[in-house]
Amino acid sequence: MSAKHTIPFLERQSYRRRRLIDTIRTLPVIGAVLWAVPLLWQQSEAPDVVTTSDAIVYIFMVWLLLVVGGGWLARSLKRSDAEETEREG
Amino acid sequence: MGTLNILVGVCLIYVVFLFLIAFAAERAALEGRGGWLRSPMIYTLSLSIYCTAWTFYGAVGYAARSGLEYLTIYIGPSLVMIGWWWLLRKLVRIGRSQRITSIADLISSRYGKSNLLAVGVTVLAVIGTTPYIALQLQSVTVSFDVFSSAYGGELTQAAQGSNALLVAAGLSLFTIVFGTRNLDVNERHHGVVMAVAVEAIVKLLALLAVGIFVVWGLAGGVGDTFARIDASEIGQWQMRGDRWATLIFLSGAAFLCLPRMFQVMVVENEDEDHLRTASWAFPAYLMVMSLFVVPIAVVGLDLLPPGSNPDFFVLTVPLATGNDALAMLSFLGGFSSATSMVIVAALALSTMVSNHIVMPIWLSMQTGGASVSGDVRHVVLLSRRISIAAVVFLGYLYFRLSGGGTALASIGLISFAGVAQFLPVLIGGIFWRGATRTGAFVGLTVGFLIWAYTLLLPSFGAGTLVSETMLTEGPLGLSWLRPQAFFGISGMDPLVHAVFWSILLNTMSFFIASLVGFPSPLERLQGAQFVNVFEHSSTPQSWAGSLAQTEDLMVMAQRIIGAREAQNLFEREAKRQGMSGLLPEPSPDFLQRLERELAGSVGAATAHAMIGQIVGGASVSVEDLMAVADETAQMMEYSSKLEAKSEEQARTARQLRQANEKLTLISEQKDSFLSQVSHELRTPMTSIRAFSEILRDSDRLTEDEKIKYSSIIHDEALRLTRLLDDLLDLSVLESGRVNLNMQSGKLRGILDHAVASALTGAGKDKMRVVRNTAAEEITLNTDLDRLSQVFINLIGNAQKYCDSPSPKLRIEVSQSSGTLVVDFIDNGSGIPKTEQAVIFEKFSRTGEQKVKGAGLGLAICREIMTRLDGAVEYLPGQGGAAFRVTLPGEVALAAQ
Repeated sequence: MSAKHTIPFLERQSYRRRRLIDTIRTLPVIGAVLWAVPLLWQQSEAPDVVTTSDAIVYIFMVWLLLVVGGGWLARSLKRSDAEETEREG
Repeated sequence: MGTLNILVGVCLIYVVFLFLIAFAAERAALEGRGGWLRSPMIYTLSLSIYCTAWTFYGAVGYAARSGLEYLTIYIGPSLVMIGWWWLLRKLVRIGRSQRITSIADLISSRYGKSNLLAVGVTVLAVIGTTPYIALQLQSVTVSFDVFSSAYGGELTQAAQGSNALLVAAGLSLFTIVFGTRNLDVNERHHGVVMAVAVEAIVKLLALLAVGIFVVWGLAGGVGDTFARIDASEIGQWQMRGDRWATLIFLSGAAFLCLPRMFQVMVVENEDEDHLRTASWAFPAYLMVMSLFVVPIAVVGLDLLPPGSNPDFFVLTVPLATGNDALAMLSFLGGFSSATSMVIVAALALSTMVSNHIVMPIWLSMQTGGASVSGDVRHVVLLSRRISIAAVVFLGYLYFRLSGGGTALASIGLISFAGVAQFLPVLIGGIFWRGATRTGAFVGLTVGFLIWAYTLLLPSFGAGTLVSETMLTEGPLGLSWLRPQAFFGISGMDPLVHAVFWSILLNTMSFFIASLVGFPSPLERLQGAQFVNVFEHSSTPQSWAGSLAQTEDLMVMAQRIIGAREAQNLFEREAKRQGMSGLLPEPSPDFLQRLERELAGSVGAATAHAMIGQIVGGASVSVEDLMAVADETAQMMEYSSKLEAKSEEQARTARQLRQANEKLTLISEQKDSFLSQVSHELRTPMTSIRAFSEILRDSDRLTEDEKIKYSSIIHDEALRLTRLLDDLLDLSVLESGRVNLNMQSGKLRGILDHAVASALTGAGKDKMRVVRNTAAEEITLNTDLDRLSQVFINLIGNAQKYCDSPSPKLRIEVSQSSGTLVVDFIDNGSGIPKTEQAVIFEKFSRTGEQKVKGAGLGLAICREIMTRLDGAVEYLPGQGGAAFRVTLPGEVALAAQ
């Protein structure tokens, strides 16, 4: 097999697209870390225990952040794909 | 009982409505109007079968019992969806490129199309799903029961049972009608997906309606709701960290591995692009679904008498507050969640059961193999239908046997932990080329044994399937093997314990067995195919079809994918191979494509086996590998062909360049010829005009002068005539329109005549001609006049141009190898080398213009000789000017 022909440097758009995909890949990691935060909270016996309403607000805020972030990234990716095909075509 | 009757009526109307929707969707897809069926939103909504009755009813019960732990069940899938780029994208691509029909098909396909593995996965999936189906049946019957008891009608146990049976029968019917209507090569069911999507909206709206009613109708706004939550018994964060993390992992794993999720996510996927939308839309759906769970739970705990089942708060809270319409909507929501899950699960499982268990058994029972008569298509559909009914009936049986007492959430989690055992094999299969069938088999076995031992069996309660002593002291007194405390590590939550050990040991044994073993060629090929799916989406594994009878294949394919589709496929293939007619050559390429088409209907392993029976050799053979190698060879051949082609093009380009240069040269020659002709014509014309004017205008000319001038005019006129004759002659000769006047005659006579006519009027400068008349006694059969014209020209040239003081011309005749050669050699200074090349061109005259002539003589000679199939050329190195005339042998021989 011959070595694959790779371009050392990409065009600006392709570079942007790769970084966009990096961001998409990172999003679940961010989500996992943020949702792991409750593991650090005090248990019910402790004096300054987290109330359920605070916990709900926190967890759902993370959720909203991920949904909005994911939606925005997905949309950007679609746009960048469209640009790509436009340039190629 | 009036409301109850209305409930039954609404339920029936809803079911009819679903049937109509599914029917309309099927029709639309069939007629090609199904564009809207393939929207990313429908795909996202179809994913919502993840939210079953367990979510709809059970989540509230879960929250009432364990606080926010229920959220883990939705956080896991949210993370998986948000991380679509890592895993789902690859899974969907593999599913599409390999025509995967189920998770069992995926795993068996990846590990060398092993049917054993497929059977194993299928059995495990059925075991894992049956309690889940029972759970749905239970939720429908119990919710019906809740409704009826609210209106005083207490249902008997038997009535409950018959209700469940009725629901099970209805669901089976729906699934059979829309799930096995046809054998689709892509295994997509538009009707089912559409119905599921509608149900997704219904259950979301129902839960939202109840939630909004609870928050703003009962609790009095968001702030008050939060206050109530904090004041309730679940008002404080009390979460075991290990359960939180384990459950998030478990739900994420189950989301990938549940057969029904795999069905909607991978198999029913129309377009990879839909995943992009679903990646954020589905987490949003889950978020909204779980938003009002805690408020409903808290208000239910407040409102209802202690001891009421929190699993049905969604239903009982509106009922208790007298909100019948809302309760009915809620019932429909629960009904939707339960039915959609059962439908898709039954569909997915029936595909697996029929493809991996029923079909192989049926095929092996057929003595003649896959090519015997009988409609396989019919058999496949029938086996699917029976499988659907069987799967749903199994769920019903479990429901009747378990008595429907267990909390919904715990059944769900046991089921999740069961199917999560597929995860290591699945992930390993698509990311690690080293994963082998043995590894997969060992890993799955170990995982499931531990799951059953630590979670499933104890779940039936101590003393039923597992004895009390075994739980506390371990089997046979081996305390380190206690089902809920492996290796003496006690104090772990039983679920966490089971998930931790089963997944850990599953992964490790899978890994180690893969490392130790050596995969078969087919496994290795499939492994490369799956792991590098983005690099090449065609399978290198192929058939050696030398033994295959295309007709047999056609017979088989017709029975599986339908006559018309099969004929179309074969015709297309034949066309692709450049053959006319219906039957293509059984090339490995074609067999591979056919196998993939068939795999869409009966699963990869079965399709492989069926083609294997006809083609012969059901496993990878040397020929297969050679075919793969052939592909490489073909590629190399192709590239060398390209190289040759480009060389050829370069050659053509070179030739074109040469031709172009020649054309340019000829064009230049033509230009110079024209200018020379006009020049040659002008010179005599000028002198004719000048002398004729003198004759006309001056009277005092002497007679001598008059004679002199008019003879000049006469000479010039002759010269002009000669020139025009020559030009005419040349053009006739060049255009090839000359008529040759073939005659016989002696060469000697021709030469005599030529010498005589060339030297007439030469006067005292007449050159001496040396001849060997004996050699000239040859009879020729050719155009004698033309030949003599050439000789006259050559002798005349010698006479004109020979600059020797005593000019002498030797004429030598010789015959060699059949050709007759006549040389004319004079003793002058010859023709300079630089001019030798051009003397035969038109209007070329050598040296100073001491002799008059148009310079057309040699050009005409050459043309004549070409016509006579001979040649005239300059003969260098003879001490003077020398010309050689060559005549073909037959000219001389013909006359002898």
